[in-house]
Amino acid sequence: MSLKRLGGAPVGLTVPALVALTFLIVPVVAVVLRVPWSTFLSDISSSGARDSLRLSVVTSLIAAGLCLLFGVPLAWILARVVFPGRSLVRALVTLPLVLPPVVGGVALLLALGRRGLVGQWLDLWFGLTIPFTQTAVVLAQTFVALPFLVISVEGAFRASDERYDDAAATLGASRWHTFRRVTLPLALPGIVSGAVLSWARALGEFGATITFAGNFPGTTRTMPIEVYLALNSDPDAAIALSMILIAVSIGVLALLRERWLTGLST
Amino acid sequence: MLSPSHPPPVRRIATAALIAGCLLATLPACGGGTEAKSKLTIFAASSLTESFDQLERAYEKEHPGVDIVISYGSSTELADQITQGAPADVIATADANSIGTVDDAGLLDGAPQQFTSNTLAIVTPADNPAAVASIDDLNDVDFVTCDPSAPCGAAASSFLKKAGISAAPVSLEADVKSVLSKVTLGEADAGIVYVTDSVAAGEKVTTVAIPADLNVVNPYFLGVVKASDAPDLAGDWIALVMSQVGHRVLADAGFGVQ
Repeated sequence: MSLKRLGGAPVGLTVPALVALTFLIVPVVAVVLRVPWSTFLSDISSSGARDSLRLSVVTSLIAAGLCLLFGVPLAWILARVVFPGRSLVRALVTLPLVLPPVVGGVALLLALGRRGLVGQWLDLWFGLTIPFTQTAVVLAQTFVALPFLVISVEGAFRASDERYDDAAATLGASRWHTFRRVTLPLALPGIVSGAVLSWARALGEFGATITFAGNFPGTTRTMPIEVYLALNSDPDAAIALSMILIAVSIGVLALLRERWLTGLST
Repeated sequence: MLSPSHPPPVRRIATAALIAGCLLATLPACGGGTEAKSKLTIFAASSLTESFDQLERAYEKEHPGVDIVISYGSSTELADQITQGAPADVIATADANSIGTVDDAGLLDGAPQQFTSNTLAIVTPADNPAAVASIDDLNDVDFVTCDPSAPCGAAASSFLKKAGISAAPVSLEADVKSVLSKVTLGEADAGIVYVTDSVAAGEKVTTVAIPADLNVVNPYFLGVVKASDAPDLAGDWIALVMSQVGHRVLADAGFGVQ
């Protein structure tokens, strides 16, 4: 109804919007068209492909969980607490977004590697070495995915009216209680979409993973690394594997959109 | 308000004058090189970087009118790019397979020629913390190699088989430079790289030689791309690589020359 009153979508917006949509979709369509259907099943059911898909799904889910666990509190602090240097902290949080992932991987090595800033003590005191393990995969994914969660959740906290917090406080609720019963439920759609975004980013993570965690079948070879290596030896298999990654992502995103995002935001 | 983002006008004028002066100063130089330089584009495996950079200077001294542009990358990727129509005059790969795909596609002028070869070496961090002294020590340490889909990984895996080493690497890196960086950062106790990489890494690594009878020899091939605009210049480049000068440069970098 409001569309009628306001008039149709102006050409100045529709045309660039269509260009953007085409630009995003055509490469994906090109992959779908090139899928070698005759060998598709054998390509995707190889044990290597199954191992790396399982590894990718498990590690990306753990990474998304870690993002939630640590990112939501950080987002709340950034949205609700005024402290000196807040804009600097916000800029630091987004740093992994602009850093090339490979550089992120090197940074993680320098911090958590066997001779890293922190890693050397982990090795010395606990005999813990992180590189080349699944822990390293999860950490690399969390490093690149966390900013996505923090940014979208901080936006959600800011968008929800702070006066509800005030009202709860006047009624005698502690700040922790207010956070759990008022702030969190109000921001839930933003938190869910932030979690989905960070999960998707973790699933597709390549550069930081191969640099920090290395690549070994079954241990650290995630789906994107499998695709990259297959490109060298068997491009058809690489396309088939990319198709799996595309299908999994579209499936999960569509499912979540159905179940959560629309339901909560209306 | 406190930020000094606006320099005082005097300084701005001075900067503008400086820039203008620089521009004027370069003009005669620009005008001098009126005759168009012909360009020779070479696609070469990354391991050739140091040697080909050196040969490029030698070639350009002999052919003052020619500008050489070298694109270094993984052999398989370079071969892919040429079969997809990338404009190159010469391709040089670190294996027979990659240049073979270009040849099979009918894009090569003549057959690929072998011009050198590379063998493998074990490198450890400079202080060799795991005390790797011989190939058998690989069984007891965390070592890395290239992924078998890359030529250096295929070579490493056939060496391990030949040497009867049963331990698996902790990581299969995408290319030889990543193997080297895992070692120089001390994340791996040892890595298997080309001899040329161990030479290029210098003091950052300690090299443990692999006995010749167990080593794997990777042949390097080059050829002129059929679509080349300058087949004569490309031929001259190949002649330079095959010459005594070329062989000396390659041998200095650790390559094997016949």
